[in-house]
Amino acid sequence: MIRGDRIFGSVMIVIALGYILSARGIETSFMSDPVGPRVFPYLIAVVMILCSLVMVLRPDPEADWPAGPMVAQLAIAFAVLVGYAYSISPLGFIIPTAIASGVLCWQIAGHPLRAAMTGVGLGVGLWVLFRLILGLGLRGLPAGWGF
Amino acid sequence: MDILSNLAMGFEIAASPYTLLLAVIGCFVGTIIGALPGLGPSNGVALLIPISFSMGLDAISALVLLTSVYYGAMYGGRISSILLNIPGDEPAMMTTLDGYPMAKQGRAAEALVVSGVASFVGAFAATIGLMIFAPYLAGVAFKFGPAEYFALYMLAFCTLGGIGSNNQAKSALAAAIGLAIAMIGLDKTTGMPRFTFGELHLMDGVDFLVAIVGLFAVAEVFFFIETHGKDSAIGVKLGKILVPWKMLRQTSGAMARGTGIGFVAGVLPGAGASLGSFLAYMAEKSSARDKDSFGKGNPRGVAAPEAGNNAAAGGALVPMLTLGVPGSGTTAVLLALLLTLNITPGPLLFTERPEVVWSLIAALLIANVVLLLMNVPMVKVFVHILSVPAWILLPGVTMIAFVGIYSLTGSSFDMLMMVGFGVLGYIMRKLNIPTVPVILGILLGNAMEDNLRRAMVLSNGDWTFLFSSPIAVGLWIAAGLGFVAPIFLRGLLKKPALPDNDPTTIED
Repeated sequence: MIRGDRIFGSVMIVIALGYILSARGIETSFMSDPVGPRVFPYLIAVVMILCSLVMVLRPDPEADWPAGPMVAQLAIAFAVLVGYAYSISPLGFIIPTAIASGVLCWQIAGHPLRAAMTGVGLGVGLWVLFRLILGLGLRGLPAGWGF
Repeated sequence: MDILSNLAMGFEIAASPYTLLLAVIGCFVGTIIGALPGLGPSNGVALLIPISFSMGLDAISALVLLTSVYYGAMYGGRISSILLNIPGDEPAMMTTLDGYPMAKQGRAAEALVVSGVASFVGAFAATIGLMIFAPYLAGVAFKFGPAEYFALYMLAFCTLGGIGSNNQAKSALAAAIGLAIAMIGLDKTTGMPRFTFGELHLMDGVDFLVAIVGLFAVAEVFFFIETHGKDSAIGVKLGKILVPWKMLRQTSGAMARGTGIGFVAGVLPGAGASLGSFLAYMAEKSSARDKDSFGKGNPRGVAAPEAGNNAAAGGALVPMLTLGVPGSGTTAVLLALLLTLNITPGPLLFTERPEVVWSLIAALLIANVVLLLMNVPMVKVFVHILSVPAWILLPGVTMIAFVGIYSLTGSSFDMLMMVGFGVLGYIMRKLNIPTVPVILGILLGNAMEDNLRRAMVLSNGDWTFLFSSPIAVGLWIAAGLGFVAPIFLRGLLKKPALPDNDPTTIED
């Protein structure tokens, strides 16, 4: 039976092996200490592999993973956050924040009107809080629109 | 006396109107953060570090603000434990056991007052303990060389992993992941890039704030969407707040015992506030003559764990300030704060920058008094805030997380990395892998490697040097015990069954 622990452990083993491979490529300068920049990463990777092997061989009971529609919801949330990370620089704070928090709100409350109001409220409210009250350097609107 | 003159200096710095205002704001925000389920002290402080940093606060102001938030969150956690049967943060879990039954019996106000006073007693006594013990431990820490420091870091990872998790392999894996991430960036000794894959953004390494906010706050978003935040409505009516003097007198013994146990648990690395409140509750229950009334609304079952968790929060500052080794998730975040402010904790902090230490201690004493006033007479304000629906709260918190990181770094790359840490945190929590060791690994990784390499330079590559001094050997033995002992103790110290958190039962 495949369990989450086994998958995670296997992935971590692959990552640890890649880590060792990458550590082999670290260049040392002529002025190095007895240990050098590679040994500690090797030690870490060995610990990772040992622990991952334990997880693969002796997995805990399976976690309660979300089912189909919930996976879609989480994927939407993930996409929104990634999109937000990309858009806050070019589009300013207010518009992306309103959209992102509106979508998250809709996901939790499931009420479109309420979500739209929350989104706009948080977009403007947080901008006022951070820009005007706390004085952080946030641009409110897309470049060239003022603010 | 030395302590008193130092303390006077601390108060001179910390008691200015501006810092007092910051302390009040910090206490207020902290109590809200603590009271809201899902937003714990580590979360809250992590969210606020980048923001206070971008506001350009100086070191002492930022320290006052955020330690007030830290103590405030410790106080606030009890509010939702008592009223909603949902611990506002993890250390407040034990308070639900007797706090919620008291609230159901219509004694919510009494429970809030008793727990508020217990929090005050625990936190205040622990701050005094910090004043007495920290300089002493700092003196001992002067004897530490690189080998001892390396062993000490091992001790922190081992005890945190051993006590904090049910599966030793998983917590060790988490620590290794953190250490592996810490290695990314330029190697300090040789100046060579490691694991950057040619990506310029990674040359400086992974910012620990990005990791902390991602693992704690963004992961919470995914978790919350999955559970749909069903648990946010006040189920218990709260009457007029009166001070039940008689009950306070009855529970004073419980408070004192809880404080002592909590402080010791806090000072031990890796234990932290959750263990403090757990041990305080169990000790109070097993020493009581009326064991049966615990879990059914015994005020002493509220006082002991609350005193315990607040005392542990203060105690946890002792190793963090003197050795630079945090004992819990929240103190790890506070260590991140100190590092952000360019303050390196350790024995030198006490001799070279005493003004930082003593103004911090003064700020903690001030914060405690402010918190007592806020949490006993004004507790109703926070009860109202608890009724803010999750569908406003959660998007708001998410956006604050992004604003903090964005205003700190200004790069999309860091925000994407934060989302990535959020996904990692979600998966790890699903698999029951603790995330705190990851943070600890990122925070301590470079110092740990540095000490190892310095030790090897001193000994010319002889690895037995790591076990050459009695202090180092003692630390290694403690580390081994801390990692292995919980496996055997787990059977003995079985946690009591958690109260039923089914949302349908909260409405009654």
